[in-house]
Amino acid sequence: MTLFGMGVFKGMVVTLKNFLTSYFRKPDEGGIFTVQYPEEREREIENFRNFPFLVYDGTQEKIRCVACGICERECPPKCIHIEMEIDAAGKPTRKPAVFDIDYGLCMNCGMCEEVCPFDSIFMDHAFEVTAPERVEGLVRHKEELAKSNEYFQKVRPTLASVIDQKRKAAEEKKKAAAQPPATPQEPK
Amino acid sequence: MEPSMDLKNTNGASLLEINFGPQHPSTHGVFRMTIQLEGEKICGLKPVFGYLHRNHEQIAENLPYAAIMPYTDRLDYVNALANNFGYALTIEKLAGLEVPERAEYIRVIMAELARIVNHITVIGFMLNDLGAFFTPLLYAFRERERILDLFEEITGSRLMNNYFRFGGVKRDLTNANLAAIQKIVSKFPAFLKEFEALLTKNEILCMRCQNIGILPADVATNAGITGPVLRASGVNYDIRKVDGYSIYNRFDFKIPLGEKGDVYDRFYIRVLEIRESLKILDQALSKIPQGEILNKKTLPFIKMPRNFKPPVGEAYGRVESPKGELGFYVVSDGTPQPWRYHVRAPSLINLTVLEEMCLGQKIADAIIILGSIDIVLGETDR
Repeated sequence: MTLFGMGVFKGMVVTLKNFLTSYFRKPDEGGIFTVQYPEEREREIENFRNFPFLVYDGTQEKIRCVACGICERECPPKCIHIEMEIDAAGKPTRKPAVFDIDYGLCMNCGMCEEVCPFDSIFMDHAFEVTAPERVEGLVRHKEELAKSNEYFQKVRPTLASVIDQKRKAAEEKKKAAAQPPATPQEPK
Repeated sequence: MEPSMDLKNTNGASLLEINFGPQHPSTHGVFRMTIQLEGEKICGLKPVFGYLHRNHEQIAENLPYAAIMPYTDRLDYVNALANNFGYALTIEKLAGLEVPERAEYIRVIMAELARIVNHITVIGFMLNDLGAFFTPLLYAFRERERILDLFEEITGSRLMNNYFRFGGVKRDLTNANLAAIQKIVSKFPAFLKEFEALLTKNEILCMRCQNIGILPADVATNAGITGPVLRASGVNYDIRKVDGYSIYNRFDFKIPLGEKGDVYDRFYIRVLEIRESLKILDQALSKIPQGEILNKKTLPFIKMPRNFKPPVGEAYGRVESPKGELGFYVVSDGTPQPWRYHVRAPSLINLTVLEEMCLGQKIADAIIILGSIDIVLGETDR
């Protein structure tokens, strides 16, 4: 039989030990691990996903999105709205005229990123999204959503370089197919 | 004692009826109890839930199968991976899909990590309810944070993982990830030892918890209680052993059992379960093979979820979630959307014995009894 109160005493020793060693140990090994948030930040984890954004190459006009509407259809909470651009002749231009995402509704599941066949929509790292108004502030339009490929390279380098290589290879293949054969056979 | 909802008592003294919650921090969410008191003694308790009802089942019946996966994260938001596991298992049963070897190992590793996260969170919050304000909770959260960082690296999100796919998982584990998991697993016993030195023999904790909220084994089995709450009453029932789903029958682990079924047993059984989880993790990490992480048959459905149409039929899949038996019942009519989708949530069913455990106890003990059941309102109300 142990002395009554020994359990409490031993517990107190544990807290005291933790209190004292927290000054000497590294944050990873039981030291002070609090991050003073606005001044200090944790390291960014590459696979972290938050709200989606659109990628463009070079200028905003060369947006990768072709307004196919697959992400709009597959989005579980239905937070994407797309309208295709129609030129003067009345033909669809395969460019989005309207591309809205309601950040207030989006649940960061990453489904749009997974289904997009044109490598156009990806999940961002920006998490400090606030707005005073629900509709005006949180529904993001095409202009705000479109971000350059350089930005994509910066936030998710591994995925971006894989995508870039894939697109480059596809383009070269397309170019090779479009060129006429080197020695066309003469009709006899 | 028969609970009487009219405020009359045979002794002539009237009962005091108090409302506990739904905005009370000790109720772990928006949960309300109507408690009838005779002095400090509880002589009637009525749980009221439904404040967090989100129409989960109806929403799911209007979505393609793959799009339900992120919604299952929101059921039991403390360990989303167990929900993912249950749902993926059900759809694989429904569509007759096989899971590659490596994916099975990854699933078990992730699910056991989620179990550890859940159990240390529960222990921490239960001690908060006891009045041990935040010291044990923050020790637990310090360890939890490491696992959550790992989840973020692997799945993309700390809590809403959305990681499992039908016939596999979303992303492969790199060698760096596996090394990080190994590091956590090897460091965890030291933390548990410290945690136990702080708590298990503590006289105050023993006096508050022992012989409080006793749940007899026969009551527990009759009410359909599952998980640690049932095992604390001494009933050997763990779906990992009973069903041996996924690859659990390949691992060597024990099912810890309680003796009395009081709050202390329910607390201590969770500590023991973490140790068993660590054993499973150790074995899984040493045996994990190389290979595919997704069934080739489901690969096209990742890009086109709407084309996934399981054959007409029904399936019930269940997993041992850290809270109990988590079951999904799905009926397919051959369309891309389920005809019926039902969730058997362990939190809801474990809550049904709350009154039996609380009758005759003091009002202050109702909070720790509720804390020891381990409910999550996202799952209870759906």
